[in-house]
Amino acid sequence: MIRAFCNATLVPSAGDGIAALVIDAEKIVAIGQSDVPDGTETIDCSAFGRSVLIAPAIIDLGVFAVDKAACRAGGIVRVGLMPDQSPVLDDPGIIQRAADMGKPDIWVHPIAAATRGLTGTDLAEMAIARDAGARAVATGRRWIADSGVMRRVLAYARDCDLTVVAHAEDAGLVGSAVATDGETATRLGLPSAPASAESLAIARDLLLAEETGARLHFRQVTTAAGFELIRRAKARGLPVTCGITPAHLFLSDIAMSDFRTFAHLSPPLRSESDRQAALAAVADGTIDILCSGHDPRGPEAKRLPFADSAPGMAGAETLLALSLGLVRDEVIEIDRLFALLATNPAKILGLDAGKLAPGAAADFMLLDWEAPWQIDTDRMAAKAGNTPFDKLPVQGKVLRLFKGGTELV
Amino acid sequence: MPASDHRPAAQIKGGAVFPHRHLTGIDGLQPHEIMFLLDEAEQWIEANRSRAKSDKRLEGLTQINAFFENSTRTLLSFEIAGKRLGADVVNMHAAQSSVKKGETLIDTAMTLNAMRADVIVIRHMSSGAVRLIADKVDCPVLNAGDGSHEHPTQALLDALTIRRRRGAVAGQRVVICGDLLHSRVARSNILALTALAAEVRVCAPSTLMPAAIERMGVTPFTDFDAALDGADVVMMLRLQTERMSGGFVPSTREYHMRYGLTLERLARAKPDALVMHPGPMNRGVEIDSNVADHPSRSAITEQVEMGVAVRMACLDILTRRARGVEGWA
Repeated sequence: MIRAFCNATLVPSAGDGIAALVIDAEKIVAIGQSDVPDGTETIDCSAFGRSVLIAPAIIDLGVFAVDKAACRAGGIVRVGLMPDQSPVLDDPGIIQRAADMGKPDIWVHPIAAATRGLTGTDLAEMAIARDAGARAVATGRRWIADSGVMRRVLAYARDCDLTVVAHAEDAGLVGSAVATDGETATRLGLPSAPASAESLAIARDLLLAEETGARLHFRQVTTAAGFELIRRAKARGLPVTCGITPAHLFLSDIAMSDFRTFAHLSPPLRSESDRQAALAAVADGTIDILCSGHDPRGPEAKRLPFADSAPGMAGAETLLALSLGLVRDEVIEIDRLFALLATNPAKILGLDAGKLAPGAAADFMLLDWEAPWQIDTDRMAAKAGNTPFDKLPVQGKVLRLFKGGTELV
Repeated sequence: MPASDHRPAAQIKGGAVFPHRHLTGIDGLQPHEIMFLLDEAEQWIEANRSRAKSDKRLEGLTQINAFFENSTRTLLSFEIAGKRLGADVVNMHAAQSSVKKGETLIDTAMTLNAMRADVIVIRHMSSGAVRLIADKVDCPVLNAGDGSHEHPTQALLDALTIRRRRGAVAGQRVVICGDLLHSRVARSNILALTALAAEVRVCAPSTLMPAAIERMGVTPFTDFDAALDGADVVMMLRLQTERMSGGFVPSTREYHMRYGLTLERLARAKPDALVMHPGPMNRGVEIDSNVADHPSRSAITEQVEMGVAVRMACLDILTRRARGVEGWA
């Protein structure tokens, strides 16, 4: 069945503003001012109001849990699932099962463990994992401390044509730290590590990636020195990409005051100057993707003394509304926002999705980008309400969400 | 009574002079509130020196000392303080039990609460743990040390010692030397002493110096001799033995060479400078015996004495609302 969403404002914009999105079953067949064939079901989008857009559905690269309700609320139809599951995604059976976990509501694209059991010692079966459905391999929540192992991971992943998703924190510098060196950590008496723990890790992995020719994606880069290294690597033409979550764009380490464990993240929140550098890196294209880092954690992991609590935040349903703040603050244009949220993650995962283009999967949302709401830890759709943005007023609501042409309700 | 700093507290009536339910830290206290606690402690110094040390104002109240980390002197000090005020004091040595930390912390707090404790004194190895418990219980909570965060009664007893021996805290040049990185005593003292307008210098090797410490209003030094110049008070911190063998400091003898308080070093401070240490001391490491035992310069045993008085004052003040004291209820 062919359906046409007419009189819509598309993102990225097609031609001069108002256009139509035409889908046939699972695929987008046409966009723009094309003629709508006879017998097509037409939906007049002007009825939804002037602040409603049609945008690609979000592809969230690097979540730690498959959380359908949170994804539905947040306009996410595809997730790149981190291998840090129980059991670890390092076996074809487990990977296949993970890929089926989201059906029929979301696509789960497993990211396999780069080392067996994520222990950072032995290479995992990357080719088998790829054939089982893995879209990339990752070091998991941790950095691979042994440079020899990391070099072999990168070299072997290149052979398998898989991108390596890396966590960038030098374990020796981090030790037991749960915060970044600075006034907040000092006042709270929390173990902290210098921000250079990140740039040191990035520098090493970039050198190894350049040597091996591997594609490397840093799931989160959060420091000024880290962005500078990525910027220079890109200028040299290296196939390196990086992401960030809204937490590091909108919060600094001051959010940990009063020992708020919902602000216990990995990597930890940084200084205000690093936060400003992150905004600049989004603006100048150094950052390729925005992700939620979705990691719902209940009270048994969060209602603890700060250093004993687990890091992580539930971010899936707040990713879009918070990210729209970047457009409102004029850091980026809305077209670029959806490149960060959908098009670029699709490229990294090798998916023909994440864009409104003929031939691509019909994954899209009707978004009222001005609709106001308030983030509330007690009223989250996610499995747990551990958000550092509790009580923050935001704007941007998903009205309707389509995955492969089927509306999700 | 010794001369003291400004005291707007005298003009504030009733409970408004100390409007806090708990004492989780010096952070958040106004200077006049700190002065009020010190003023209140004064009466107990004399009372403790007299033969009849007991007072009945906390009679019928249950004070639970929940110590999740081993302690001898602080626990004893809180126990004596409670008993001298007539409270029923119960000690819970959670450090000995093998319960997994954290997970049971809230449960333990709820248990103590259900037992209808009237005041809970807590020591815990994690920064912020005491505040976590304070949010969950109905009675006042006193922080007896949480991780590397705060140890407010230690700072109060130190300020009281300084005030009595030096006449005032304001304007005193205080040098705090030792393991600042892991020290809750240092953090609480920095907050209290800077609030009371002392000039605070901190001194440690760079491996034990917290990042951005100058943002707390102190001047950092790595050279102990330079830091001591013209000091009114020298406060030495304990260096944990496990940190002295290469982790943060190469050896105890090298530490003593650079940061040990000897009589020669002390000569760089003012001639009548006061020597303090929160205890227990590593004699011959951070402080020499002839300094620690110096009859006119060392205030170390006096600190212990002030500790009981300060804790009595804190227990009294925090329970006033529950006891229905006029102006506080």
